[in-house]
Amino acid sequence: MTQHTVNRNESVISISGLYKSFGDLEVLKGIDLNLFKGENVAVLGKSGTGKSVLIKIIIGLLKPDKGEVLVLGSNVAELRSKELDQIRLRIGFSFQSSALYDSMNVYQNLAFPLTMNVKNLSKGKVDDAVMEVLDAVGLRDKLKQMPSDLSGGQRKRIGIARTLILKPEIMLYDEPTSGLDPLTSTEIIELINEVQQKYNTSSLIITHDLTCAKNTANRIAMLFEGKFLKIGKFDEVFDTDDDQLRGFYNYNFIQ
Amino acid sequence: MVKNYTKEFLFSKGLDDYFTGINDAFRFTARFFKEVVKRPIHLREVINQSFEVGLKSLALISLTGFIVGIVFTKQSRPSLEEFGATSWLPSLIGIAIIKALGPLVTALICAGKVGSSIGAELGSMKVTEQIDAMEVSAINPFKYLVVTRVLATTITIPVLALYCSFVALYGSYLNVHAEETSSLISFYQNAFKTINFLDIITSVVKTVVYGFTIGIVGCYKGFNATQGTRGVGNAANQAVVLAMFLIFIEEVIIVQMTNWIRYF
Repeated sequence: MTQHTVNRNESVISISGLYKSFGDLEVLKGIDLNLFKGENVAVLGKSGTGKSVLIKIIIGLLKPDKGEVLVLGSNVAELRSKELDQIRLRIGFSFQSSALYDSMNVYQNLAFPLTMNVKNLSKGKVDDAVMEVLDAVGLRDKLKQMPSDLSGGQRKRIGIARTLILKPEIMLYDEPTSGLDPLTSTEIIELINEVQQKYNTSSLIITHDLTCAKNTANRIAMLFEGKFLKIGKFDEVFDTDDDQLRGFYNYNFIQ
Repeated sequence: MVKNYTKEFLFSKGLDDYFTGINDAFRFTARFFKEVVKRPIHLREVINQSFEVGLKSLALISLTGFIVGIVFTKQSRPSLEEFGATSWLPSLIGIAIIKALGPLVTALICAGKVGSSIGAELGSMKVTEQIDAMEVSAINPFKYLVVTRVLATTITIPVLALYCSFVALYGSYLNVHAEETSSLISFYQNAFKTINFLDIITSVVKTVVYGFTIGIVGCYKGFNATQGTRGVGNAANQAVVLAMFLIFIEEVIIVQMTNWIRYF
């Protein structure tokens, strides 16, 4: 568990009464959640329960049907595109697929968000920023490689580095360990904790990997059928006789 | 409780989807005109994309233009010979190539080469969430990906069409020279004798319209790709088919409008 200090008086993300449907399919059915400053919260749930939809609403890629999502004090659904961009600059989004630009090498991938958002930046400063984030994810030697030459774990790391280059206050991780072997998953878990310590971020981690949730999150929120079944510390949430929660726990820890 | 969606169609699912698609395409095109005048311009990306468009098609256009010139001259010769009018060949070829074949051949080749590549590239960026990744980094993907590519095709395809026409005329000259030993200069003078300013302007306008069509259709199909790798294939395929279809319709409309202006 991380040693980071959490300020429970200040919410960086505050969600209340959130609904989202796609056609007849109701995905989120009344979600309430607070992410406090400096805190890591893991959202756990089965595949297809709307975990990714939740963070896509937070970042403004999807619009909610009903409810309020306040991110850093602003209601993202009501922001104009320029205001939304200002909020997005303060949020890092790590995609499940890493979403690296496959026509660019690692350096260009990392420099791209910086040069596009910060005007008149000298090449030296861009190089320094790129090397700093590459050091943070431990992949300094991959500077000139293309994304197709990287392993799954390395792609995840570069994806995280690309978000770190803009020094975000909030990190949103979409399935950070999915598709990775246990050792690489452990490295990503360590990286998530290092990012929280070094960059002083608050994070929402979408996962169905209990090991990841247990080792990165201050609190976990169990999403079942569009609603949070339970929110709290890891041991509190799984100290239960609820069949769904026990099933989730038993599968992950092979009991 | 959240609104419960029911499937209610105005006409039928197919017709509704068809009209929704047309509406989406118009909105996409309107967005281009809105975004193209906004800063930043991404000039470097426009130049990169123009090079891509030009380089991708140059070899094929050279070869096709050259062959079109030779073949068209060879095919036309017997008919003119019947009337003892082979001296009209350069003028006939000039009209055919500059007014119709040069722009059309270039547009069709570029629709195949460039349109499909734009559709596939943006389609694969869409399904692998690279476009979303741009958006969450506060970069406008429409401005960076669509506007730059459409500008590149709109600028480059007229230049390629001009080049194609000259190569085709050169191919035609080689055939005429072999039979009638005319000089290159007199061939080009004869070829342009019956071409007036309106013809040149029409050809340029036509190629600008074709270039824009190829770019916007490729980007629209790519940007709206769904269903994984299959969607990427569909986007590339539809980009070519729709662009070619629109090019032929535009050709008819522009020729008709030019004739109205000519006889006004």
